Amino acid sequence: MRTLPFLLRKEFRQIFRDKAIVRMIFIMPLIQLMILPWAADYEIKNIKLSVSDHDHSPYSRQLVSKITSSGYFQLTGYTDSYEQSLEQVEKDEADLILEIPAGFEKTLIKEDESTLFIASNAINGVKGNLGSAYLRSIIQDFNREVRLEWIQMPRFSPQTQIEVTSSNWFNPLMNYKIFMVPGMLVLLLTMVATNLTAINIVKEKEIGTIEQINVTPVKKYHFILSKLIPFWVLGMIAMTLGFLVAYFVYGILPVGSYLTIYGFAAVYLFAVLGLGLLISTYASTQQQAMLISFFIMMVFVLLSGLYTSIDSMPEWAQWITRFNPVRYFIEVMRMVVLKGSGLADIKYHLLIITGFAVVLNSWAIFSYRKRS
Amino acid sequence: MKAVSVEHIIKTYPDKKQTITALNDISFEVSKGELFGIIGPDGAGKTSLFRILTTLLLPDSGKATVEGFDTEKDYKAIRKISGYMPGRFSLYQDLSVIENLQFFATIFNTSVEENYDLIKDIYSQIEPFKHRRAGKLSGGMKQKLALSCALIHRPTILFLDEPTTGVDAVSRKEFWEMLKRLKEQGITILVSTPYMDEAGMCDRVALMQSGSILTIDTPEKIVTSFKHTLWGVRANQMYRLLNDLKAMPEVSHAYPSGIYHHVILKNGTEKQLLQQYLEGKGHAELELIQSVPTIEDCFMNLMEHTDA
Repeated sequence: MRTLPFLLRKEFRQIFRDKAIVRMIFIMPLIQLMILPWAADYEIKNIKLSVSDHDHSPYSRQLVSKITSSGYFQLTGYTDSYEQSLEQVEKDEADLILEIPAGFEKTLIKEDESTLFIASNAINGVKGNLGSAYLRSIIQDFNREVRLEWIQMPRFSPQTQIEVTSSNWFNPLMNYKIFMVPGMLVLLLTMVATNLTAINIVKEKEIGTIEQINVTPVKKYHFILSKLIPFWVLGMIAMTLGFLVAYFVYGILPVGSYLTIYGFAAVYLFAVLGLGLLISTYASTQQQAMLISFFIMMVFVLLSGLYTSIDSMPEWAQWITRFNPVRYFIEVMRMVVLKGSGLADIKYHLLIITGFAVVLNSWAIFSYRKRS
Repeated sequence: MKAVSVEHIIKTYPDKKQTITALNDISFEVSKGELFGIIGPDGAGKTSLFRILTTLLLPDSGKATVEGFDTEKDYKAIRKISGYMPGRFSLYQDLSVIENLQFFATIFNTSVEENYDLIKDIYSQIEPFKHRRAGKLSGGMKQKLALSCALIHRPTILFLDEPTTGVDAVSRKEFWEMLKRLKEQGITILVSTPYMDEAGMCDRVALMQSGSILTIDTPEKIVTSFKHTLWGVRANQMYRLLNDLKAMPEVSHAYPSGIYHHVILKNGTEKQLLQQYLEGKGHAELELIQSVPTIEDCFMNLMEHTDA
């Protein structure tokens, strides 16, 4: 029974001899983890605003300075007509137009009522939508201030009012990095594990060494285990490095236990390694393996809930996400890191991932043939 | 019991709409301790045959046994006792010479030391480079390493698929010497090659072409079975000479061979007639000699007959 240890020794030797692979496993994910979370920000900032002010009154100026001091908007134009502002939108110099009509201040004071016009560039729907929502809430705030200035509020409000105060659980400062970094860690782990396994085996096919192995009495499960175990170990190490970055760069410490995460990752890695193995049985060149895994990875990333919430996807897309192992690990990661979930809370996730691991690996082993 | 017996093996590959027949009803036997050559041009089906015998490929129909083990059912037993050296160098290029050797020794549950005596002859030539990566070796050294790796588990039968293709003349000669020494140790060797001149090194050869075996015999017998008189012709314009030879109605077969064109005349045709014909065509420096047939001539002749 010294075949497996020997096969493993050979695999590790080959992996560490290939400097590019070592770099790919350890350095690239870390650099990505250090850079990408700063860029992958949900918040919409730097909305370019063009104001066409027909009023030029103290109130209109007050409103504009209130808007610009909010920090979300950049005043890129202060024009005299709507047409001029629209031209700015066409040139992509402005995302939003706020039109203040002539006599805005006068009607507001005399008639207690005045209108404003907001037009948004909806090419980037999210930006247009959120931008005008921000703008509206600033205007409402401004409205209240004006009312306070002119009306003596009665002691009790004449109309019933529900005041809503909210508190943000699990991520009180709504720091998106706490949310993104664990998710990205999962992605990097998945990519490293799937790609490397697939490419490693296909490489043996390309060079012809797999044939040389096939004519030996090496057992199928020995060969497959010798391919899975090294990348399992490397995956675990890569994840540990990722957590070190998460702690030292972003100050993220899981509320839950590392043990829960590592326990889940142990099973998860076998699932994605199985996927790599499966790809390798169908691909005959390294290019093919790369393309297949690239395509699968695209789907996995976009339907993982990392960037876009799964709950807001259409029904059919939500169904697809159920066949995406990445989705489950990202959920688990966020549950454990942010909420402190324990093993009992993630047991269904664990069960499903175990299912993935079993199905993918058996499928791969079934289609791997020592002869044609 | 024969070392290898092949009975009516057929192997086809699907290729778009048609199917390609790689092996068309092949049958032969190899005795124990024999150095058996399979000689044929590219695409004759040599590699397919080797892959079937080494249990990497299943035939469409037919039966083959190696040392009495069925290639389909007892493939595990065959893998233990046979050594295979594929046509393409397929060892780990990123492992060193000694690491490759140790690797193949270990997966056969043996060690380099245990069988060192068998490979000593061959391995000692590459031993000075044992810490060099296999990918960085020269062609001849790669081939010696591959042979060492195929031998390290002391196989009783060795399958060598085109071991001398792309190797220089000196190394080729050396390689055949090595095979002869291995044969003396009682190892059955099946070797394929596209080079006709290597046929003479084998105990028996099978001439193969497009999936069929044309003949199987000792090289000497194959040569003596050549019934025609073979003429070697040369002149100052060799290409025009060949065209003229082919155009002559009395010539049954003409093809280039080394510095001469080999010509087989139809029965009853005299040498003088050929000479007169060529002189009539205005060929200068004409030389006409009787040649000793080689395996290649036999092969060309057999090929001609199967085509017709």
